[in-house]
Amino acid sequence: MSRGSHPIIRSSLLLGAIALMGTALLASVNDLTRERIIEQEKRRVLQQLNAVIPAASYNNDLLGDVIEVDDETFFQHPAPVTVYRARMDGKAVAAMMIVTAPDGYNGDIRLLAGIDISGKILGVRVVSHKETPGLGDPIELEKSDWVRGFANRSLQNPDSKGWAVKRDGGQFDQFTGATISPRAVVKAVHRALLYFAANSQELFDTPAKTVNADG
Amino acid sequence: MANGKLKQILTDGAWRQNTGLVVLLGLCPLLAVTNTVVNGLALGLATMLTLMVSNLSVSLMRGFLRPEIRIPAFVLIIASVVTVIELLMHAFFYDLYRVLGIFIPLIVTNCAIIGRAEAFASRNKPLPSLIDGFATGLGFCITLVLLGTLRELSGRGTLFSGAEMLLGEWGRAITLTMIPEHPGFLLAMLPPGAFFGLALLIATRKAWESRKTGKQQRAASVMVADEGPAR
Ligand SMILES: Cc1cc2nc3c(=O)[nH]c(=O)nc-3n(C[C@H](O)[C@H](O)[C@H](O)COP(=O)(O)O)c2cc1C
Repeated sequence: MSRGSHPIIRSSLLLGAIALMGTALLASVNDLTRERIIEQEKRRVLQQLNAVIPAASYNNDLLGDVIEVDDETFFQHPAPVTVYRARMDGKAVAAMMIVTAPDGYNGDIRLLAGIDISGKILGVRVVSHKETPGLGDPIELEKSDWVRGFANRSLQNPDSKGWAVKRDGGQFDQFTGATISPRAVVKAVHRALLYFAANSQELFDTPAKTVNADG
Repeated sequence: MANGKLKQILTDGAWRQNTGLVVLLGLCPLLAVTNTVVNGLALGLATMLTLMVSNLSVSLMRGFLRPEIRIPAFVLIIASVVTVIELLMHAFFYDLYRVLGIFIPLIVTNCAIIGRAEAFASRNKPLPSLIDGFATGLGFCITLVLLGTLRELSGRGTLFSGAEMLLGEWGRAITLTMIPEHPGFLLAMLPPGAFFGLALLIATRKAWESRKTGKQQRAASVMVADEGPAR
């Protein structure tokens, strides 16, 4: 063996040094980008919320005034429902609920449903989904206006029989050759309305908790 | 660096050894993200950047990278580079980051990158290695864009849809509707379309090559006909 350390030790040290360098690089880039990433996430959530509720109709910190409700049996999904509360001068204006429809064609469809204090829908948007392009994806606003059909609906408009796609005897259109995706969305929005009607007091009175801004 | 060598690195990386069409490495992202031109282009650029930076770093360290730790060192370097790119995209190209999502970290698993580190960067000087990374990345990127063009055009009749994710709001204006009222061709948009499209591209390239070599061979055999049998 030559002078100096054993080759294995030298190799390990070298590898360690490379790992250390990589870690240092990542730590500093992470540090540099962290703020901006949080900003971006927040901005996106706020953008989505403001697409449903006009920024002028509330004056609280919407992103900060948030709770999570856990009701797996009611929502038929283990993910907690995030609820942003919009208030004007402290008075409840609307609840923005992020609900998940478990029964899309390709799994979960996440929806944002804005419901004003009288129980009327301000608007619904699809936050994320994996439905088939061209068949199930007209639930996105970018693809079709279908989702606008929820605006101004409520539990009385239509009644609970009407809260279904037309094929099931309800009032909402399905798409040609694709009934599963719209059916899942209609049912999830209906559940959100029912939950809101039964718990609106509690929804607005529960103190806000801090959650990460993960839309 | 001699001009001839530069040209050879470029043509090798982008054409003769094209990752997507000849070597067939990195097919997972290639097949997954190419449903539109913009997605293909974005992943292609990210991969190109990764290749350049990883090739450069490997080449700079080649002097003291001992053979027995070569591969783990490559993996560390590539993983760091990709994570940095991911963080930067998350911070500065947020919408795109959301679309490409899982495929950015998966650049790490693109064997083309470790392949170039091993086959080229660990044996060559920094500048040629950088150029090799560029050329290989360019070849991959072009393949992704071609496949994206094919699939987006046949699948939904548009081109450059979603350009605003790459370019900001004004990008919306460059989305071209090539076939108005396109009913949507599901097969092209779903993964099978990627396989068909890739097969088409590979076959086209092959046909082109064999026509070229056929011509050359014919020309060569005419020239050497007097002197003896051709190869
Ligand atoms: C590959 C493939 C993907 C499909 N994707 C969807 C989808 O995303 N959403 C949907 O509602 N139906 C989708 N369908 C259709 C459903 O299987 C089902 O036939 C349809 O929703 C029933 O609608 P109908 O009763 O109006 O025919 C898909 C079918 C196939 C073959």
